[in-house]
Amino acid sequence: MLQVQSLTKRFGPILAVDDVSFTVAKGEVLGFLGPNGAGKSTTMKMVTGFLSPTAGTAIVCGHDIQKSPIEAKRCIGYLPEGAPLYPDMTPQSFLGFTAAIRGMTGSDRASAISRAMALTELQQVASQPIETLSKGFKRRVGLAQALVHDPEVLVLDEPTDGLDPNQKHQVRQIIHEMAAEKTIIISTHILEEVDAVCSRALIIAKGRIVADGTPAELTARSPIHNAVTLRLRKTPPAGELKALGQIAGVASVESLSELGAPAYRVIPADGTPILQPVSKYVSDKNWEIEEIHLEKGHLDDVFRRVTTGTEAAAA
Amino acid sequence: MSASTDIRSVRVIFTRELTGYFSTPVAYVFLIVFLALAGAMAFYIGNFFSRNQADLDAFFVFHPWLYLFLMPAIAMRLWAEERKSGTVELLFTLPVATWHAVLGKFFAAWVFAGIALALTFPIWISINILGDPDNGPVVAGYIGSFLMAGAYLAIGSCISATTKNQIIAFVLAAVLCFLFTLGGTNMVLGFFQSFLPQSLVELIGSFSVLNHFTEIRKGVIDLTDLIYFFSVMGVFLFATVLVLDLKKGQ
Repeated sequence: MLQVQSLTKRFGPILAVDDVSFTVAKGEVLGFLGPNGAGKSTTMKMVTGFLSPTAGTAIVCGHDIQKSPIEAKRCIGYLPEGAPLYPDMTPQSFLGFTAAIRGMTGSDRASAISRAMALTELQQVASQPIETLSKGFKRRVGLAQALVHDPEVLVLDEPTDGLDPNQKHQVRQIIHEMAAEKTIIISTHILEEVDAVCSRALIIAKGRIVADGTPAELTARSPIHNAVTLRLRKTPPAGELKALGQIAGVASVESLSELGAPAYRVIPADGTPILQPVSKYVSDKNWEIEEIHLEKGHLDDVFRRVTTGTEAAAA
Repeated sequence: MSASTDIRSVRVIFTRELTGYFSTPVAYVFLIVFLALAGAMAFYIGNFFSRNQADLDAFFVFHPWLYLFLMPAIAMRLWAEERKSGTVELLFTLPVATWHAVLGKFFAAWVFAGIALALTFPIWISINILGDPDNGPVVAGYIGSFLMAGAYLAIGSCISATTKNQIIAFVLAAVLCFLFTLGGTNMVLGFFQSFLPQSLVELIGSFSVLNHFTEIRKGVIDLTDLIYFFSVMGVFLFATVLVLDLKKGQ
């Protein structure tokens, strides 16, 4: 559905996007992650045909965005960063404009507009000037504009930026509902969003792809993936604690003072599951457990590691 | 891409733009200022009444100077505003070609200027009541004035595409229009006459909006004058497309 082939963009001496390639299939929701300035928006602007790449191209529904931009743009719905809109128009007239420019007329156009408004719950503000709307409504007008022609490919640049938690939930709900039918790319730097809506995540830093996988796979790259956290009633004997660190598969035992001691985190070597042996050991030694907890890892840690270069070489 | 979808894209953008003029007070402020200035110049500076002639010379003669700053005022927002607010990204990720948008916006601005010009009709009625004018030159004057407005707007459109700042767009467009107008005055031509051969001086004069407008105003719409005005529009609109393709993303 969407193939990005060696996209490269150079602004003068700055290499903003460096040889980025990936493919997104129908039914996939690709989360495009990266720190500010990593090249997320630039990539999206090239995929949607706003910027011409220095090298490479994108194939959207079989159309090369460079060679047949109009055909490619027909099957894309795009929410640009910040959701720019014409402030003097109303949502109704604005959606009418985008639907008309996409070739819809008469009753087709009217029903497409009301469908998009219903999806994004805009009916109550349909005839208010956009400049008078709240940020959440503006973002939804932008989203409605991207959906009005029921596109096969959706490109959403920070769709939930600046929304309150309820509105975020609503936008994610909309994305969820459409996911099976469409090819969706979402750029974000909100990591919880990736877990919430994406079936795959791609992390980009300094213009290059540094990680690509399902959210679970990426989380598994966290150093504390499969670690076991223990909180005990009493501090165990030092010798027993030391022996805990020598169980097969355990790399180290850290003391976590911030949880209110005595608490420990048992870190596995290479993410091996160690819950069984650790819990067995603990019960054998009759330690009184207040809490035992298996860590999944944090996407934040992985994100920080891959984008600051500590793990970039491994990718 | 068929011709009918080309026309549709241009028409949809044209309609949105033209409606846009009237959804803000800008349109009404402009129309009032235009009518007030056009009238004031004709009556006070052009001595419309005391000339005691049933024609609109005193009215049309000031149009090049009036348009010099009023047309850049219409044109300054054409692209600068879109680029500043980021809507240019929205527009050019819709399935439209750059030239569709350039033409659609230009026609909207031109029709808007045409509406302003058409609203000066009471002055035409006045001379027909007060005297027995030759309406040929009057019609020619309106046509010439409209063409001149189009040429200035095309220049303004091109300048507006180069910047995100509407003030800069206004000032630069006014300066460029001024050069195009002034090129035909004796002051400028006299300067060139001192060191250039006559043929080159005439060439410079032939680029002047003023000379072509004056020809039309006399009542003769010559093919060369039409070609001149449409060429100026064509060249600057084409330049607008080029500038946008280069600069829209910056």
